Amino acid sequence: MDPITTSRRTFLGITLATGAGVGLAACGGTSGPQSSGTGGAGAATGSASYWYLTGPPGEGIRTNTVKRFNAANPKTQIKGTTFQNDAYKTKVKTAIGAGQAPTIIWGWGGGGLKSYVDASQVEDLTDWFAKNPAVKDRLFPSSFGAATVGGKIYAMPCETVQPIVLYYNKTSFEKIGAQPPQSWGDIMDLVPKFNAKGIAPFSLGGQSRWTNMMWLEFLFDRISGPGVFQAVFDGEKNAWSNPASIQALTEMQKLIKANGFIKGFSSITADSNADQALLYTGKAAMMLHGSWTYGSMATDGGDFVSGGHLGYMNFPAFDGGKGDPSDTVGNPGQYLSISSKATAAEKDIAKKFFATAVLSDAENKEWIGAGAIPIVKGTDSLLTGSKDEAWLKFLYGTSSGAKVFAQSWDQAMSPTAAEELLNNIAKLFQMSISPQQFADNMNKVIGT
Amino acid sequence: VTAAVRGASRTGTSRAGRTGSVTWMALPALVFFIAFGVVPLLGVMGLSFTRWDGIGAIHPAGFDSWQKVLVDPGLPHALYVTFLVMILSWLVQTPASILIGVFLASHARYRGVLAVLYFIPLLLSSAAIAVAYKALLDPNFGLGAGLQIGFLSQDWLGEDKLAVGVVVFIVSWQFIPFHSLIYQGAVRQIPRSMYEAAEIDGAGRIRQFWNVTLPQLKYTIVTSSTLMVVGSLTFFDLIFVLTAGGPGDATRVLALDMYKTGFQANLMGPASAIAVILVLVAFALAIILRRIGGGGASDSQLEGA
Repeated sequence: MDPITTSRRTFLGITLATGAGVGLAACGGTSGPQSSGTGGAGAATGSASYWYLTGPPGEGIRTNTVKRFNAANPKTQIKGTTFQNDAYKTKVKTAIGAGQAPTIIWGWGGGGLKSYVDASQVEDLTDWFAKNPAVKDRLFPSSFGAATVGGKIYAMPCETVQPIVLYYNKTSFEKIGAQPPQSWGDIMDLVPKFNAKGIAPFSLGGQSRWTNMMWLEFLFDRISGPGVFQAVFDGEKNAWSNPASIQALTEMQKLIKANGFIKGFSSITADSNADQALLYTGKAAMMLHGSWTYGSMATDGGDFVSGGHLGYMNFPAFDGGKGDPSDTVGNPGQYLSISSKATAAEKDIAKKFFATAVLSDAENKEWIGAGAIPIVKGTDSLLTGSKDEAWLKFLYGTSSGAKVFAQSWDQAMSPTAAEELLNNIAKLFQMSISPQQFADNMNKVIGT
Repeated sequence: VTAAVRGASRTGTSRAGRTGSVTWMALPALVFFIAFGVVPLLGVMGLSFTRWDGIGAIHPAGFDSWQKVLVDPGLPHALYVTFLVMILSWLVQTPASILIGVFLASHARYRGVLAVLYFIPLLLSSAAIAVAYKALLDPNFGLGAGLQIGFLSQDWLGEDKLAVGVVVFIVSWQFIPFHSLIYQGAVRQIPRSMYEAAEIDGAGRIRQFWNVTLPQLKYTIVTSSTLMVVGSLTFFDLIFVLTAGGPGDATRVLALDMYKTGFQANLMGPASAIAVILVLVAFALAIILRRIGGGGASDSQLEGA
């Protein structure tokens, strides 16, 4: 083991023990930061480890894929471990830093992947894809953008394409006798109408912060197209101070001030799915959320989805805005990387898993059955006759018809800039900073 | 309470010595403390002079991290929130713990049963408590909304002041049993003869409490306050699960600031600097409290000082 790894590992012991150290002085106060860094690369020979996310429907499908692989390959097993979404983000980073990464690292690509690449913690898969064109060519080309750093591919795109969608409760719209919004102006007009009936216009899991961010992603795009955020991403100086950016932030605060979001939104978390519950229980009329919530609303919402009470649409246009209303944002795919610290045997198992098990026909059917579009070409023929046909066709159309399919900001940016962004978004939604202050704060971390 | 604390300095004669042959008994604790307290602390101090994203290589960076942390308006804010929570929870916990402790010190059987009941919050983990309270206080699906009680259906965790109040309340709810236990033990140590003397002098129950019980609890108050004050610096899990520092940054205490800087923003250097500040604050507070306590807080004062 090289000395750097040792010192890193020592440090992790250290941070955990700092809590304990202060705790000793406090003698039975509270515990420090929760421990982490257990688990790690496959212990037994002939097996590789794989960490992925919990929550229906994805968890079951991921687990089944692993099971199928293990059944077909009795000598080379994959051992899966599951984590909750927000906890996973920290956990996997810590593990990678400590040299304890799983063989297969599930991720969102983009800025997070870049930080692993910069630290040489993940395997370069460019050559492997060149040698296995069949694996590459069957996937959506757009899914490779967030897997590519400096012209090289460091991750295998997997799972599904997940645009952010504006969901609405049809029953709530019937109650006030209104139609779904066609423009930002319509949205602002609907807000007082719903509030007068005691229905919150929008549900929002604001404590998770990235939920608020989805609103800004669309407002920025609809007002001025993808250029403003691209300038931020490219490290242009003072890019957040662009008038279009200030306008979008101001419109955002207008909606918050008009009580557009449900009372208490800033203490609701997306991990608990409470925001979805607000929509399907009729406490809120609309919700801007990832396409992955369709599956959980179908599971948890009684007859809400099966009974046809759920409506959905792409985010409407901004009156006079320059953005193309077909644009969307979200996750162009999910990503599997291979730890560079894994043994050659483990890496081989992982590659075999990528080539033979990931997005197999059986897995694709399961994703479609759960109301999602796998990132494999030609699955549109499978959609017909599915119980969620209308939704799936909408999803396929939105994803393939988008002029621009932008990656979520927090995934595209470096983790440092993303954390600052999420912090400031929380404050913006709390009305504790103005659009100008937001821009000033964010300009400081451009290029980090 | 403050009178008792202030009065403590009068008896400030420290009794050194009594060491010698039993020093080795401290050895296991000392080794443990050095391995898990001192060594990591030195490591964090070293890291605060580096630039490291937690994943790649560590680069020396001089005072960059310190400069970054010290000019960041987030630091004074985090310190303010930390001290606010500390002071408020001390103000709530101390009187309540003393009263419950004195009450439980009696040997009546029903009080024994109550003592067991009071003890329950201490058996639960902070994370479990936070999850439970979060569900109860949910403005749309929580207790207030479920029982249609207007007063309870506030935006408890969504408004700055309410969120701080909720944190203080839950912390107190969780730790009052622990401190009551300390006071219960201390009250039972007070010699019966002192109460008998007070009775002969014609002191009533309340008079006895103020003039006998409370002064005799002086050192216990210092000990318990030290635990509360220094312990409150490490509140992390409860706040992390309950509010994640929100709304905005209303409950972003120093420990949470450290975690978010280090593990979410990948800035291990500045996070280490914050950690060092946290340790310094804890040291300063512990020393101040010892001074207030009149030197040897471990001195016995049985049979009168």
